[in-house]
Amino acid sequence: MADAPTPLERFVQGILPENPVYRQVLGLCPTLAVTNGLNAAMTMAAAVAFVLFCANIITSLIRDLLKPHLRIVIFTLTIATFVTIADRFLAAYMYQMSKTLGPYIPLIIVNCLIICRCEVCASKQSPIHAGADALGQSIGFGLALGSIAAVREILGTGMLFGIRVLPEIWPDWVVMVLPPGAFLTLGLLLGAVNWYAMRQQEQ
Amino acid sequence: MNYVVDILLIAVSAALINNFVLYYFVGICPFIGVSRKVDMAFGMGCAVTFVISIAAFLSWTITTYILKPGAPLSQWVAGMFVSPEMAASIDLTILCYIVYIFAIASSVQFVEMYVRKFFPALYKSFGVFLPLITTNCAILFACLTIMSNVAGVDNPADAWDLGRSLTLAVFGGVGFTIAIVIMAGIREELDLCDIPKPLEGAAITLVVAGILALAFMGFTGVDSGLKKALTPKTSEMVQAQVVRQQDQLATIALSSNPVGMHR
Repeated sequence: MADAPTPLERFVQGILPENPVYRQVLGLCPTLAVTNGLNAAMTMAAAVAFVLFCANIITSLIRDLLKPHLRIVIFTLTIATFVTIADRFLAAYMYQMSKTLGPYIPLIIVNCLIICRCEVCASKQSPIHAGADALGQSIGFGLALGSIAAVREILGTGMLFGIRVLPEIWPDWVVMVLPPGAFLTLGLLLGAVNWYAMRQQEQ
Repeated sequence: MNYVVDILLIAVSAALINNFVLYYFVGICPFIGVSRKVDMAFGMGCAVTFVISIAAFLSWTITTYILKPGAPLSQWVAGMFVSPEMAASIDLTILCYIVYIFAIASSVQFVEMYVRKFFPALYKSFGVFLPLITTNCAILFACLTIMSNVAGVDNPADAWDLGRSLTLAVFGGVGFTIAIVIMAGIREELDLCDIPKPLEGAAITLVVAGILALAFMGFTGVDSGLKKALTPKTSEMVQAQVVRQQDQLATIALSSNPVGMHR
């Protein structure tokens, strides 16, 4: 394990160099579905962060007991447990938000991002590595969700966190808050990030 | 008659209007990963439709007989240990996520064995994607929609029966197949085009998907029109329908919240 990444490397890599959405193109369902407003997107990012952190730690603790052919099932069951906790918590304390997010909270279970992190990092390294990795990936995921949601909310409603930032005269681009806007925004942002990365490489 | 109309509406809505991929964003991973060739996309669509039907059948059965409050099986088991009044109040819906994911994982395992035995060529071309169906959100999403329509309704008479649930699942799968095959067709042509370098791969696929979603938005309102055409009614009901339809169109236009279940 000499060349395995250290906790700090894992943490830093998750934020930008291996950003889950822009670099690895993982976990797209919530990325597209809940980013029509920043509030919903941030709640979603927090829920994913909680589930990812807990699932990563638990998986890392039981990594020696895992059987290769059963590991995916174990991962999903671990994740499902924490998603149930997050879902009940939201329903109890943020009822309106839990209604808005609807089925996308339970769909965290099948978010490839979390399973991928369990597989790549947590099932091979210690809980400290796994925790740092989860934090970095969560911040990266939150940044991605936030950037998409900000673009969509500003263009679609002229508001940010429900506060008006563009003048009243702004014609709301309703399509940006509807499903097609999600695909277009993510596609173009992904292109922009790729372009930036390529330019960095050239220099 | 009413039942047939209901089934038809669920089918059209699941396949076209509220398309799983282009409206609810579930099943995006295979939509982007396996949409390079039309025949492979079609195979993937069929596999998903098949698994989704099995999973829907399982989840409806489990929800109706075990999970929902006052379900017969759990009441019977609990009745052996506690008083009947306590047994009647048992509500196991909190377990639904874990139960569903387990049901899906096992049915995927079953389909994988079946395909490997009877269609070895298809199995080879699927490669890693068949096990990945387990983590396809479309399937869990169908199960959750069924659950909210079985256990989440206020009036027990409104709860979906097996026919409605299976219709949603099968036509949800058909909608997924339609979307992924169209996408694969576009991408085959796209390979011949000169795409700006940063947009290659996932980025251009997402932009194309956005335009496709825009086209599928044209189906909005088809369900209310269909309902109007199929239900015989008095003039007052027609009036009410028109008002409701206008309301619906207004909400669609103003909606800043396409998230959430509409069925």
